Amino acid sequence: MAPAKTKKSAKVVASQEEDITMDDAPVAPQEHEDEEGEEVAGEDQAPPEDEDTLEQRITVLPGGTEQAASFQLKEEDHTLGNALRYIIMKNPDVEFCGYSIPHPSEALMNIRIQTYDGTAKDALSKGLDDLMDLCDVVAGKFQIARDGYMNSEAGKADQPEA
Amino acid sequence: MAPFVQPSEAEKQRRRIVGVNAETVTDVGSTDFPGHYPGEDHSWDAEKFADTFQVNFHKNEKFNSSFSLVGIDAAVANAFRRIMIAEIPTVAIEYCFVMNNTSIIQDEVLCQRIGLVPFKGSPQGIREWLKWYKKPAEDAPKDDQFNTCFDYNTIRLTLNVECTRNPDAARGETDPHKAYHNAHVYAKDIKYEPFGRQHKYFSGEGAIAPAYPDILIAKMRPGQCIDIEMHAIKGVGSDHAKFSPVATASYRLLPVINITKPILGKDAEKFARCFPRGVIGLETVSEKEAKAGTPYEGHAGEKKAVVLDAMKDTVSRECLRHEEFKDKVKLGRIRDHFIFSVESTGQWESDELFLESINLLKAKCQKLKSALDDMNV
Repeated sequence: MAPAKTKKSAKVVASQEEDITMDDAPVAPQEHEDEEGEEVAGEDQAPPEDEDTLEQRITVLPGGTEQAASFQLKEEDHTLGNALRYIIMKNPDVEFCGYSIPHPSEALMNIRIQTYDGTAKDALSKGLDDLMDLCDVVAGKFQIARDGYMNSEAGKADQPEA
Repeated sequence: MAPFVQPSEAEKQRRRIVGVNAETVTDVGSTDFPGHYPGEDHSWDAEKFADTFQVNFHKNEKFNSSFSLVGIDAAVANAFRRIMIAEIPTVAIEYCFVMNNTSIIQDEVLCQRIGLVPFKGSPQGIREWLKWYKKPAEDAPKDDQFNTCFDYNTIRLTLNVECTRNPDAARGETDPHKAYHNAHVYAKDIKYEPFGRQHKYFSGEGAIAPAYPDILIAKMRPGQCIDIEMHAIKGVGSDHAKFSPVATASYRLLPVINITKPILGKDAEKFARCFPRGVIGLETVSEKEAKAGTPYEGHAGEKKAVVLDAMKDTVSRECLRHEEFKDKVKLGRIRDHFIFSVESTGQWESDELFLESINLLKAKCQKLKSALDDMNV
């Protein structure tokens, strides 16, 4: 294990250790876990400039498995929570998705994902991707509709003069 | 796997409607999720979404626009609305340094009022060049109080007005506007003091100025004066409502009025009066419609109620209170038709606000995506 491990990554590993007591938890990824833990510790030594990436914004809450996990997102609320819940529920591999804000005065949002197939983390990742695609479609359609409307309005305004 | 089942068009339309009854509301939640309807495909498909999603504009004035988003889920529409209200940054006055205030309005009340004044300025300067202001450390020595104020994060403004008697006013003049100078202090009296590189971004048309010059800030009488220096910074609506770029950003669902059985003659007139003007119209039943076997049989030439423009309806449910319309009308709303109304306070244009809300939602996802990729799981 990396000596310079951060508190948070230690917590995550602790939750993983809990997991291996369950029969379906894979043992092999454990070592992989440690490698990545090292990477995070390395990052902490040389913090990137962007403030948002300084601290880990997503953590996995203890007690999860690969296919069923709760993620804790910092500085997020119903704005992203509900939209993300919707788009993750649209994924046919997802058995359950729900979100909650455990306490109104803490800027934390928990999102629970259980899958039939694939990992919960992949489902979350796919959800974020899908939501970004959705944003692109909405932005594109909105601009076309606005330009069309403004042109037709300009046409209407011109007509009486002509 | 068996091929997917396609629901009929009528079934699709039925599923879109939220029922509004006299005392209850039905079918509120979305059901377009995989596994809800056996055999149907409801998985996310960006192409399918692009085909079905529609935007229609109703109004697009500079600071007030209205448009419909059709075919989107409430979760996402609400995210856009919430972002417009609470997460799009604007510039507003955050710090007031009261040098002198002899008016009757107390310092703290005056400063609170000043903070709420909306400002406008070069969009490029405010959105791209201006950065977030960082508070100095709590225990910073007094001399270092402003060591985080720079031209790229602080806008300096001053308000320096003194009320004096107008020597040219007629004797016995009672109108304070004529009898005194500066009896009323308006937003336009707040003057922008550029410093550093600010003149490059905020000069001429793009200068920082109150969006509405005629906002009344205080009233004074001769001998009273106000002298305040202010710092405006960038902030978001979730911190304080003064930073919110919108007066209102709201949506409502498109109403549906379904007249299931004929409403005729005097009843039709009464029915039309149950709705706002322009929602229900009266038409004459034609000979063709009154053929034998139709619901209008034998009513040719009578007036019937028809729905002209359901969008104007407020869904007051007044028509459900009258016995004569019982079982003749069904009210509802379309679950995925959002009529947005975005009213800006003057720093952003309304349509840009919505586009920015999309950008911010996307940026949020992007940031979390990279955080997720970095996560050691």
